[in-house]
Amino acid sequence: MAKIESSFKNMTIVLSLITGIAAIALGFVYKLTLDPIAQVKVKELQSSINLVVPGADKGTINEFAVMPDDGNDSLYFYEIMINNQRQATAVLSYTDRGFSGRFTIMVGFDLEGNIIDNNILEHKETPGLGDKASKSKSNWNEQFKGLNLSETNLDVDQNVDAITAATITSRAYCDALERAHRAYVKHYSNEQNSANDAEQNIEEE
Amino acid sequence: MEYILIIISAIFVNNIVLAQFLGVCPFLGVSNKVNTAIGMAGAVTFVMVLASIVTYLIQVYVLQTLNIEFLQTISFILVIAALVQMVEIVLKKISQPLYQALGIFLPLITTNCAVLGVALLVVKKDFNLIEGVVYSASTAVGFGLALIILAGIREQLDLIKVPEGMKGVPISLVVAGILAMAFMGFAGIV
Amino acid sequence: MNQWKNFTKGFIRENPILVLVLGTCPALATTSSAFNGLGMGLATTFVLIGSNVVISLMSKLIPDTVRIPAYVVVIATFVTIVDLLIQAYVPALYATLGIFIPLIVVNCIVLGRAEAFASKNTTLSSLLDGAGMGLGFTLALGILGAIREMLGSGAIFGLELFPGDGALIFVLAPGAFIALGYMIALVNKINKAKN
Repeated sequence: MAKIESSFKNMTIVLSLITGIAAIALGFVYKLTLDPIAQVKVKELQSSINLVVPGADKGTINEFAVMPDDGNDSLYFYEIMINNQRQATAVLSYTDRGFSGRFTIMVGFDLEGNIIDNNILEHKETPGLGDKASKSKSNWNEQFKGLNLSETNLDVDQNVDAITAATITSRAYCDALERAHRAYVKHYSNEQNSANDAEQNIEEE
Repeated sequence: MEYILIIISAIFVNNIVLAQFLGVCPFLGVSNKVNTAIGMAGAVTFVMVLASIVTYLIQVYVLQTLNIEFLQTISFILVIAALVQMVEIVLKKISQPLYQALGIFLPLITTNCAVLGVALLVVKKDFNLIEGVVYSASTAVGFGLALIILAGIREQLDLIKVPEGMKGVPISLVVAGILAMAFMGFAGIV
Repeated sequence: MNQWKNFTKGFIRENPILVLVLGTCPALATTSSAFNGLGMGLATTFVLIGSNVVISLMSKLIPDTVRIPAYVVVIATFVTIVDLLIQAYVPALYATLGIFIPLIVVNCIVLGRAEAFASKNTTLSSLLDGAGMGLGFTLALGILGAIREMLGSGAIFGLELFPGDGALIFVLAPGAFIALGYMIALVNKINKAKN
C-alpha cells in the first residue's frame, strides 16, 4: 500500500480520525476505572480516619466542612455516628508553615475534645527528617495522644519534643493541631448554644 | 504578599530544575554556552506563560464544564504543540531578530517537560488565572537562572582537566547536584 | 537473531538513560526508592510498547506533515490509560509518582522511538524495540533507585539493610543528580574499555 500523501484533506481526515478514536478509547477506559478509583479514594479516607479514631469503621460517617477563623481554606469534619449518637470526630486540618509549604493532618477528638490520635496525610516534608511526623516512619506523634489543647499550649521549645533536625515541621504540625482544636471547640460550642437556645424556646413556650 | 511568596518559592525554594526535576533535558542540552542558555531561557519564559494561560482557560471552560478532565493530558500537549508552532510562525512574520534569537529553541520546547509540567501544576495547585501567570513566569525565571548558572560553570569546566569518563554529561550532572545542594539552603524561608 | 538484537539493544548498548541520556527528568525525580523507580519504568515500558505497536501499524496511513501531532495523540492516549489504571489499582504508586505519570508524554524516549524506529519498521520489530527500550529504562531506574535508597535510607525495597538513616542527601534532589552522574560515567568507562 502506498503512503498517503500530505494533502490538506488527507491530513484533516487522518488527524480527526486518530483523535476521535483516541477520545473514544479513553472514554471507555475512564468508565472502566471510574468505580475502582472512587473506591480507592473512599478507602483511603476511611483508613486515615480509622487510624486516628480506632473502631470508626463500625459507625457511619457524617461529613461537612468548617471554615476556621485563621485560614483561607475550610477544614473537614468527619463525625463518627453510632445509632445517631456522635462517638468522636475526625478533623482534617492543614498548616501552611511546613518546611515545603502546606501539609494536611488528620486528628481524632473524643467528645471532650481530647486528642485520640493524629497523623500526617499529604506532605512534601524532607524524607528522613520531616517525614517522621508520619506514623509509618516513627512514633513521634504519639506524644499528642490524650492531650486536651484547651488545657495545654503546644510549644516546641517547652513541652513538645521536636523531631530531630526538623523543628519547622514540628512547629507546623502543632499549628495544624491547634487549628483543628480551635475549629472543633468553636463548632461544638456553637452547636451547644443553639441547642440550649432551642430548649429554652421550648420551655418559654 | 501572596504573590511575593509564589515568586520566591517558584524561583528559589522549589526551583523547577534543581528541586522538581522538570526540564532537565534542555538543562543539560543547551548549557554549553551562556549565550545559548539566555536564548533558551527567553524562549521558555515566553512559551511557558502563554501555555499556562491557554491551558488554564481550557481546563476551566472546556474540560471542567464538559466534565471530561480525563482528557487533560492529551488536550494540554496538543495545545502546547500547536502553540509552539504558532509562536514560531508569528515570530517569523513580525520580528526577524527575535525569531533568529529564539527560533531554533522553539521546536525543542514542545518536548520540554517543564512547559507541560507547569501547566499541570497550575491546575493541581488550584491557582486562579493571575496566580497561575505569576507562578509560571517566576518558574520560567527559576529555569533560566539555573540554566545560566550551569552554563557559566560549564564554560569554566572546559578549561580544566576532567577524568575521561566524567567528561560531558556526567560532570554536568555532578555540578547540577552541587547547585541543587546550594539551592536547598533556600528551603524553609517561605 | 536480528529480532533478538532489536530486543536487547536497549538494555546496555543503547540504554535510553545511561547511553542516550534521554528521559532524565523521570529518572531523577522518581528514583528516591527502588520500588518507585521500577514502577515508573514499567509505566513507561507499557506506553513505549503500546505506542510503538500502534504507530508501526498506522505509519502508512499518516501523511508525513502531520506525523508528529498524530504520534503525540497516540502516545498521550496510552499515557492517560496508564494514569487511570495506576490510580485505580496501585494507589500507593500514584501518590508518589503524581505529576510524572502524565509527563511520560514528553519523555523524549517515547517520541524518539516512534519517530526513529516504529515508523520505519515492522510491527514485531517495533514491539520488541519498545519492550527492550522500556526494560532498559526500567533497569536503569531500578538500579538508580536501589543505589539511592541504599545510601540514603539504608534499605532496599523497604527492607532495612543497616540501622540508622544513611546519607540523607541521596534521597534528596542533589543526590539524584550526583548518583546519575556517576552511573553514566561508569557506563561510559565500560563502553570505552570494550571498544
